[in-house]
Amino acid sequence: MNVFDIIGPVMIGPSSSHTAGAVRLGRVAWKILGERAVKANIQLSGSFAQTYRGHGTDKALIAGIMGMPTDDERIRHSLELARERGLEYHFTLCDIPNAHPNTARISLKGASGTSAVVQGASIGGGNILVTQINGMDVSFTGQYNTLLVLHYDKPGTIAAVTNFMAYSEVNIGNFRLSRPKKGGEAVMTIEVDGDVSDALISSLRILPNVINVVLIRAI
Amino acid sequence: MLEFDSVAALCQAARQAGQTISQVALDSQAEQLERSAQELFRQMDKQLEVMCQSVRTGMDPALRSTSGLTGGDAAKMLSYSAAGGLSGSFLTGAMARALAVSEYNAAMGRIVAAPTAGSCGILPGTVVTMLEEGLCDRRAAVMALFTAGAIGMVIAQRASISGAQGGCQAECGSACAMAAAALVELRGGTPEQSAHACAMAIKNQLGLVCDPVAGLVEIPCIKRNVAGVSLAFTCADLALAGVESKIPVDECIDAMGQVGDSLPCALKETAQGGLAVTPTGLKLREQVFGTQP
Repeated sequence: MNVFDIIGPVMIGPSSSHTAGAVRLGRVAWKILGERAVKANIQLSGSFAQTYRGHGTDKALIAGIMGMPTDDERIRHSLELARERGLEYHFTLCDIPNAHPNTARISLKGASGTSAVVQGASIGGGNILVTQINGMDVSFTGQYNTLLVLHYDKPGTIAAVTNFMAYSEVNIGNFRLSRPKKGGEAVMTIEVDGDVSDALISSLRILPNVINVVLIRAI
Repeated sequence: MLEFDSVAALCQAARQAGQTISQVALDSQAEQLERSAQELFRQMDKQLEVMCQSVRTGMDPALRSTSGLTGGDAAKMLSYSAAGGLSGSFLTGAMARALAVSEYNAAMGRIVAAPTAGSCGILPGTVVTMLEEGLCDRRAAVMALFTAGAIGMVIAQRASISGAQGGCQAECGSACAMAAAALVELRGGTPEQSAHACAMAIKNQLGLVCDPVAGLVEIPCIKRNVAGVSLAFTCADLALAGVESKIPVDECIDAMGQVGDSLPCALKETAQGGLAVTPTGLKLREQVFGTQP
């Protein structure tokens, strides 16, 4: 803890869990999509479903999907901005079994036809728990800088990624692999200590069998 | 390096160094974060600037919260304050600032959580008031936020600054105690006087429950920010006059932690008790969210 945890963070109100956390969930989905979204279908479950309008959770999610950070003044007007920018969005209320009360499932379509599906929850204090990416089970909170490496399940891919991280002196605090099908699409969730440079991300992206690398920064 | 686990230790460090609480807190944080004191000062100056902006924007008479339940009261208070009101234009102006920032938060405005979003109006209501009324310069106002932050860190470590964990006493109560200590320093009081002001602020909000209508950070949170501002000035004045808290500040903080633990869940941000479940509270909930379980 430091003094800026007390006098800070600078954020958009009214609540860290219903706005800041929701913006971050939207941003994770946008980062995984890797381009401008033109269509967003968002399913809200639990208390998100019941209370999203009063808290502005819908605006926060859409703002995140458009790439805004958690202290962006435009969050309040994000729905109008989305219409101006040609982002078509749709909210549906549902019940995702066994999910945290503040859960959203975000399905995005990108300008060039790519797609991404991210499921996660806002678990308080602006922290999030992302549980699914493109149908693959993951688990990270965003409390640490987190690298998501989408790749094809081929021998040597994990070694290549972690070797590059070792060269860059980035220490891995937690590593998790999700591989639904042998040889198919898989995801590494790597929580790291300290910062990750843009150069490292760029070099990881061009490794064989790596589809995309995304950095989710801690709050 | 300071541990920020007791206000007494903060005061002792300040006394030994012959400095203010803010200065020893800043130096110690610079050491801990491995950044220069100037850098931390500049960052805190930015936080102050966001506070000042949120005061200005929140005064808009047309401002309304996302739920539609609140907004526009800061503007009312501001025009009332021009004529002085019962408690004088200084205090009524401070109350207007607290309303402005809290209402702006509810309207999805950009604020500094200090220590939380629910209590974000209290430090602007006090420190920005001192600055805008010409009672301190910019540098002193920035430093006052370090004093407030230092007190907040002690409270967070010994008790809690979360409504879900400790009730409203942990949010608005903590913000008020932080502000009271900062005000004393801004008026040239001693570190010990800051500690007494802090203790008296906590004593007067002990047991305050967190019972938000419809679970939204609006009713009664916004007005509790105003009360926190008035109480911070009151306690700072008491301390500056030489009045002392009979119970030492760290014991008051521990008492707050204990009271928070004994509060039932219904009174800790769950909207299941207090004002949230009054007939009108429930009706407002239905107005915002419809008839859902």
